Amino acid sequence: MQLPKPDDRILTRKDAIVARLREALGPGAVIERPAELLAYECDALSAYRCPPLAVVLPSTTEEVAAALRVCAEEGAPVVPRGAGTSLAGGSMPTSDAVVIGVSRLTKVLEISTADRLVRVETGRTNLSVTGAVEGQGFFYAPDPSSQLACAIAGNIAMNSGGAHCLKYGVTTNNLLGVKMVLMDGSIVELDATGETGALDLLSLVCGSEGQLGIVTEATLRILPKPEGAGPVLIGFDSAETAGACVAGIIKAGVLPVAIEFMDAPCIRACEAHAKAGYPDCAALLIVEVEGAPAEIAHQLGLIREIAERHDPVAFREAAGPEEAARIWLGRKSAFGAMGQLGDYICLDGTIPVTELPRVLTRIGELSESYGLGCANVFHAGDGNMHPLIMFDANAPGGLEKAEAMGADILNLCVEVGGCLTGEHGVGIEKRDLMESQFAAEDLEAQMQVKDVFDPEWLLNPAKVFPLALSEARRLRARPAA
Amino acid sequence: MSAQVALAPAEEAELAEAIRAASRPLSLTGGGTRGMAPEGQSLSLSRLTGIVDYVPAALTLIARAGTPLAEIEAALAAENQRLAFEPPDWRGALGTDGEPTVGGLVAANLSGPRAVAGATPRDHLLGLRFVDGTGRVVKSGGRVMKNVTGLDLARLLCGSRGRLGAIVEVALKVLPIPEASASLVARGLSPQEAVASMSAALGTPFEVTGAARTADGATWLRIEGFHASVTYRLNRLREQLGGAWEIAEEDPWQGIRDLEGLGEGDLWLVRCRPSEAPALLGRAGPARSLMDLGGARLVLAMEPGTDLRGRLPDVQAVRLGRPDTLPGSPAVARLTEELKMRFDPRGLFGT
Repeated sequence: MQLPKPDDRILTRKDAIVARLREALGPGAVIERPAELLAYECDALSAYRCPPLAVVLPSTTEEVAAALRVCAEEGAPVVPRGAGTSLAGGSMPTSDAVVIGVSRLTKVLEISTADRLVRVETGRTNLSVTGAVEGQGFFYAPDPSSQLACAIAGNIAMNSGGAHCLKYGVTTNNLLGVKMVLMDGSIVELDATGETGALDLLSLVCGSEGQLGIVTEATLRILPKPEGAGPVLIGFDSAETAGACVAGIIKAGVLPVAIEFMDAPCIRACEAHAKAGYPDCAALLIVEVEGAPAEIAHQLGLIREIAERHDPVAFREAAGPEEAARIWLGRKSAFGAMGQLGDYICLDGTIPVTELPRVLTRIGELSESYGLGCANVFHAGDGNMHPLIMFDANAPGGLEKAEAMGADILNLCVEVGGCLTGEHGVGIEKRDLMESQFAAEDLEAQMQVKDVFDPEWLLNPAKVFPLALSEARRLRARPAA
Repeated sequence: MSAQVALAPAEEAELAEAIRAASRPLSLTGGGTRGMAPEGQSLSLSRLTGIVDYVPAALTLIARAGTPLAEIEAALAAENQRLAFEPPDWRGALGTDGEPTVGGLVAANLSGPRAVAGATPRDHLLGLRFVDGTGRVVKSGGRVMKNVTGLDLARLLCGSRGRLGAIVEVALKVLPIPEASASLVARGLSPQEAVASMSAALGTPFEVTGAARTADGATWLRIEGFHASVTYRLNRLREQLGGAWEIAEEDPWQGIRDLEGLGEGDLWLVRCRPSEAPALLGRAGPARSLMDLGGARLVLAMEPGTDLRGRLPDVQAVRLGRPDTLPGSPAVARLTEELKMRFDPRGLFGT
């Protein structure tokens, strides 16, 4: 993975920069000893590591602003960090970068069930936002699988989704406002603009991967908890029939909260690991619907009717919460199960749902020609795929080979009308593939937006855009010594 | 001065050429139904028409910007689907004519009462193509439900009223038409009582998809879904809300969507928190008003010439049918101005 050459002038000024940061924020907010910096050398894309110059952990929005002002004056790149759970390297540092983490910003600032919103500091974890409101019967809908650990700041940066976004949407559909700090230290509040004609800057910020500013507070929509939920598990003897069943369910007007798909390699790995009692078949769907018991029964009845037209090899409804948990058990342990088999990389492309069978066939062919195993587990309702490519990290060239296969799969997603990333973000991982999805003009237009928010290109500068494309901007702001 | 020639390109390349060649401000219009276009040389998108792709099983539709909404709604209805954000038809309320287009709808980000359940053009926008003020064709997003690839320029354009560029093509999420829809009504609730009831209803698990108080003082709650579900949920809601609520005989939602019943006057739209709505109505002074989205969107018919922003300086208030936009805070105004400089450096598309 190519990263820009670190700026020697920043590296040599480390002591001075650290001293200025300590002066601005107090000694307890700055980390600079090499051993301690190791904790920040990577995120969940752990194949790539680089300890930063320093780490700053502010406790208030004003401290974030103070830290950014120091970095701006010093010309030091800044890598914003939530909880460090990015799968795309979104918070991976460079050696000349100051990491500004929001992990101490965890307060709940306001709960209004009458207005159905909660205002929180963004270091708070996704699940603990729900935790703050569930006593009043509400929840925060986006549910990335890292929700126990991931921070709202990162959710906003990556526009995170989750298994239940088929019904509830992703972060951008549940974000009502932010307070953010721009690279020059100015503090801006952005609200949803609706039909007022104001430019929707909030939408630009959501999913901007730390390119535009550091979000310190967020106003989030909360929803009343459903009366109940019921999953059903359906097995098929081919991916095509499973895909046809998904299309049938959607067309029938049933709007499940989740439709999860697993292929044979994934089913077997999960079964060996979690022993959830999954049938041994080519494709498995978990469909979950919500409502009162009678409403769940009605929707599951419709789903059964549709499934039966496609000759399922298994159909299992949950008679109670225990069985429901068993249906989800395998799916929820999928990543752990695959991890037991060896190293893997997890992809995140999205395809039009109707292209599913064709794409799975092609992935099978790629798997054969690369000689690498590949298991598929994904959100079938919205076409967001997570192929897991198995490889041996200890074999020379093992990672590179897996990445090459991953790039082929993501380019395939684009080719059939989809995109490179559905919910993980571009980060460093998919940065160099952006030109397969976008024309030069498209990327230039996006970079012009960054120019407006961060004219010196100091915020997360080596991410999202191919390095060659962003080079002129990065060097213009920081001419080579 | 040459005579004003109306520009109406039929292809994207032609549109780009017209914008590159423009030497004075342009007045971009779709169907011209909102009265929002700035002054300038007329540039109509009404000939950029046609549904490009519609995949019912994927719940996605792509259409060129000038496609009449009526054409899209007919194509969707044939598959028992719809645009869930209930495109409003404000021609009656604003005294305009013309044919509503899908591009105009996205450019204005207008939604109906189902926005209370998250259905707006912005929320159902999957991607778009536009031509900016330099004549450059830019695409953002795509045609899939989940897409976080790159900065979200599509949503930046949505609701921007053509100030950054001319939308050429939009991709939208569509949804199935539910089996049934029914409403509860309570008459004579004050604004405070109405908001309290609507908030209580929207805080239940019964998935209310409409919550509004109309100018005649009636408050309405809508439930949609399978027949049995609608019956069950209406009954549960009635139990929880108490005696004043009955099952409505009529369907008020199209009238609410289209701002009917507000009578004469300048129409002003206010965005606020529902809990603040009753006090804001009081401060606005006497006016016929509609509270939609549980109180988060107010529309008031004000005495002509009244500037509501003077009375409500602390909330988002805009006069409907006018191109004026809100300046926002100084920081927001600066970011807006600089984005305008990048995408419309010659100031062709109004401010």
